[in-house]
Amino acid sequence: MTALLEVRSVAVRFGGVMALSGVDLDVQKDSITGLIGPNGAGKTTLFNVICGIRQPTTGVVLLDNEEINGVPTQKRSAMGIGRTFQRLELFTTLSVFDNVLVAAELARVSNPHAVAREQIELLGLTDRADTIAGELPTGSARLLEVARALAGRPRLLLLDEPASGLDDVETQQLGVLLQQLKSLGIAVMLVEHDMSLIMKVCDQIHVLDLGNVIASGTPEQIQHNPSVIDAYLGAVR
Amino acid sequence: MQQLVAYTVIGLTTGAIYALASSGLVVTYVTSGVFNIAHGAIGMIAAFSYWQVRFEWGWSAPIALIAILGVLCPTLGLVIDRVALRGLAQATEVTRLTATVALMAAFIGIATWIWPPENRQPFRGFFDGNNVSVLGVNVGWNKIIALIAAVVVAGGLRILLYKTRLGIQMRAVVDDRSLAELNGARPARIASASWALGASLAGLAGILLAAEVQLNVVPLTLLVINAYAAAIFGRLKSLPLTFLGAMALGLTEAYLLWGQGQSWFPETIGGFSTSGLRQATPTIFLFLLLMLLPQAKLRAGAARVRERSAIPQWNTAILGAAVLVIGSIAVTGMMTRSNTIYLIQALIMALAVVSLVPLTGYAGLVSLAPLTFAGIGAVLMSKMPGDGNVVSLIAVVVVVALIGAVVALPALRLEGIYLALATGAFALLVSILVFNQGKIFSNGVAEVPPLRIPGVDLSQPRPKAIFLSVAFAVVGLLLVALRRSSLGRQFVAMKDSPLAGATLGMNLVRTKALAFAMSAAIASLAGALDAGKVAPDNYTFDRSLPILLLAIVSGVGSIGGAFFGGMLLGSNTVLASIVPSVSKITQVMPGLIGLSMGRNPNGTASQIATGFRPVTSHPQSLLTALSGIGALWLLTSVDIISHWGFFAALVIWGLGIVPNLPALAVTSGRSRVFCLLIAAVGMGIAAFFDDIFDAVPTGGRLLAIIVLFVVVGNAIRRVHTPVAPTSKSSPDLMGLTGFTPEELSQSDRAIKVVP
Ligand SMILES: Nc1ncnc2c1ncn2[C@@H]1O[C@H](COP(=O)(O)OP(=O)(O)OP(=O)(O)O)[C@@H](O)[C@H]1O
Ligand SMILES: [Mg+2]
Repeated sequence: MTALLEVRSVAVRFGGVMALSGVDLDVQKDSITGLIGPNGAGKTTLFNVICGIRQPTTGVVLLDNEEINGVPTQKRSAMGIGRTFQRLELFTTLSVFDNVLVAAELARVSNPHAVAREQIELLGLTDRADTIAGELPTGSARLLEVARALAGRPRLLLLDEPASGLDDVETQQLGVLLQQLKSLGIAVMLVEHDMSLIMKVCDQIHVLDLGNVIASGTPEQIQHNPSVIDAYLGAVR
Repeated sequence: MQQLVAYTVIGLTTGAIYALASSGLVVTYVTSGVFNIAHGAIGMIAAFSYWQVRFEWGWSAPIALIAILGVLCPTLGLVIDRVALRGLAQATEVTRLTATVALMAAFIGIATWIWPPENRQPFRGFFDGNNVSVLGVNVGWNKIIALIAAVVVAGGLRILLYKTRLGIQMRAVVDDRSLAELNGARPARIASASWALGASLAGLAGILLAAEVQLNVVPLTLLVINAYAAAIFGRLKSLPLTFLGAMALGLTEAYLLWGQGQSWFPETIGGFSTSGLRQATPTIFLFLLLMLLPQAKLRAGAARVRERSAIPQWNTAILGAAVLVIGSIAVTGMMTRSNTIYLIQALIMALAVVSLVPLTGYAGLVSLAPLTFAGIGAVLMSKMPGDGNVVSLIAVVVVVALIGAVVALPALRLEGIYLALATGAFALLVSILVFNQGKIFSNGVAEVPPLRIPGVDLSQPRPKAIFLSVAFAVVGLLLVALRRSSLGRQFVAMKDSPLAGATLGMNLVRTKALAFAMSAAIASLAGALDAGKVAPDNYTFDRSLPILLLAIVSGVGSIGGAFFGGMLLGSNTVLASIVPSVSKITQVMPGLIGLSMGRNPNGTASQIATGFRPVTSHPQSLLTALSGIGALWLLTSVDIISHWGFFAALVIWGLGIVPNLPALAVTSGRSRVFCLLIAAVGMGIAAFFDDIFDAVPTGGRLLAIIVLFVVVGNAIRRVHTPVAPTSKSSPDLMGLTGFTPEELSQSDRAIKVVP
């Protein structure tokens, strides 16, 4: 199995704070990789590095064995990286449909309208297609972020807390969707505080704490890792 | 040598004045996050008021200074902060910026109104006529005082920021607003304090400057460009750098002034006169500094865009275009020649306003230079061979679009206020350095040939008016097509979230450049189609401001709104000729309307619409409202009511009483009688306004009208039975979208899951 994404000793410094200090991790094709850790651990910062919003202070990011450090943000979506935002970044004055349509058009797919309709259908937003995105309740807004990212036809999908704001049923549906995406060959990287979702869907989990990967392994391994329980899981339970 | 000393002193004093102004700008910016475009206008108002009390009313200098700098300016600062800007804390930077542009326009309007340019006594500086000798050079006291004031203010600010509680809180707020809040600081109060302080500093600079350059509304206001340049030199945060920048600027200007008197100084460079160079120094300085700023970073969590406009539908658009064209054919058939010419001006304005629709309305970028592109269009059209050939017109539009993109290109790395300032600097540079060249406007006029279309004589008013409405209709339809296209969606997406756009593959620089090019192309039509003799004065920076304001106020996202805005601008002249007393008011109106955005960022058009919606859906009220206006018009035309009375009564009726009519209809008993009584008294006072406020000058009268309308409106609202509000409550159960990013991060922190 070859890694789709490799993060090699990536460090990010904000003034005196090391948001990431030498992170190494791989994301495999056809897999769901969980990224968990307490608030401020550096999860979002790592996503920002992967999609080029933030340059790492040191270290490299490789996609398909090619270094992508110098590639500007807007070129990375064409390379197959898509993401959602923890703090929503919807096009708030466009309709739900147009949010997804813009993404499909930017990705230069051959039939953007059809692609947009398909993704909205997939996320169960068809009823709200004409709603202005800014007026969506948080749960639907999160799902719209996912739909929009998918319309860009990513190979690697970074999801930053997609389930916060979803109810139990919606969360379960999201879990099913993630499995579906995996079977379609999309590698998913999932940041989530909902441990049951993480443990259910992930093949591999990395635990971040204070900018360091303190553990990596299968859900089984992570759940029984004493330092993870110490640093994080103990507190959430 | 002596000359060099003399010019150095001049340079240092001007530098000192700039330093005073710019330090005020920086202080307000860092604590309140609002870049106050109106900073110079406050200084201008202070200078005029000082002149009023000191030279017209003969107060002594110290008392006059206390009154202006200690009372008037701080009050002005507080009012601006509390009334105009408070509601905008979470609005986008564009909206906040526009609010201060509105302030600037309002101040310019008020000053020209209260202090008309005629019969103006000279403004004398402190201890006028007395000089001190510095190194053998005679220096006026005003200059010495400016220098001393700068030193004192520099020292004072240092002590304030580092030694006093207020100052330390100010710095804490700058560092981390929410953290300072948790520690007991009150950012809102601190912002108010900084507005008061900033306004006083602007006032001091204004008064000192007026002694050097005399009273002149627009130049005094625009001298703030120097302050902008110095403030940008300090990256809008460092006061020492700001002072340094101000001094460097003052000296550069002084040495250029000196150089221009020397024989070795080139009078022309490449055939262009260098006479505007000194005047343009600060603007060039500003432009260069802006160009040197680092590339703007993508930021998450930018303010949520609250302004929104519906996607235009084809059937309404085509209907609108048809109504416009047919309407103009019908209307111009009945109009006198001179009224048709007014209509032409209004249509030209509408074209200028609509040029901001793709740029500001769709893409969310502010340009302070729409008329500059119109001016370039006019100049190019006048120079083109072919004498009004359609091909020449197309060439002009293409060239201006290219100029728009090229000019914007270096500026596109910037965002928000920096980008807006860069367009403003561009507008000023073109005015001073290009339009003032004898080659460009020979003897101050350029002759724009009418477009030659077979079978139509566009040099006649009526065909020209009809042609312009066709042009507007076509532009409007093209904009509808744009908004409904993929590119149009990208423009809006970029406005809403540049960050998300970029991660989805949007090239932000290319998208912004396209928006600028389209806007410039449309604006160029406003120049190139305005056949006849035109002067550079038509295309100055300060004339671009009302365009931006009306565009935003009347709803820049919609073409209909832009048309309405243009008509409003153009109707100023018409109104002025029909009701002379109203002309002054229309000067101030755009600014005043713009200020109300603090209450409603969607623009006043939508706010007014909301206020009047109950009225329009209640036939009885609507009829009453319209008959009231008709009655007033009748009474005025038979001279029972004066023009002032008409205006006052119209304001009280339209804004104070009409919105309450539907509620009044369902109010009964004593409340109803009481309401009617208030209304009657208000209208009575208004109708005989001229007799009651006989001796009161214009400014006081305006104030009286505002007070009257507020009192009447509120009194009635208090008494009648409220009609149930129609707005629906938020369906958002999580309530998360209702929070600001600050609040969210605060609650994030509060519920932090830490081991
Ligand atoms: N722009 C920034 N400037 C300074 N510090 C920052 C910035 N962005 C993040 N940080 C800091 O970097 C650290 C990591 O932040 P990050 O947002 O990546 O955490 P996270 O793991 O996503 O947390 P959460 O679960 O709360 O989303 C935190 O200490 C944060 O305060
Ligand atoms: Mg995060």
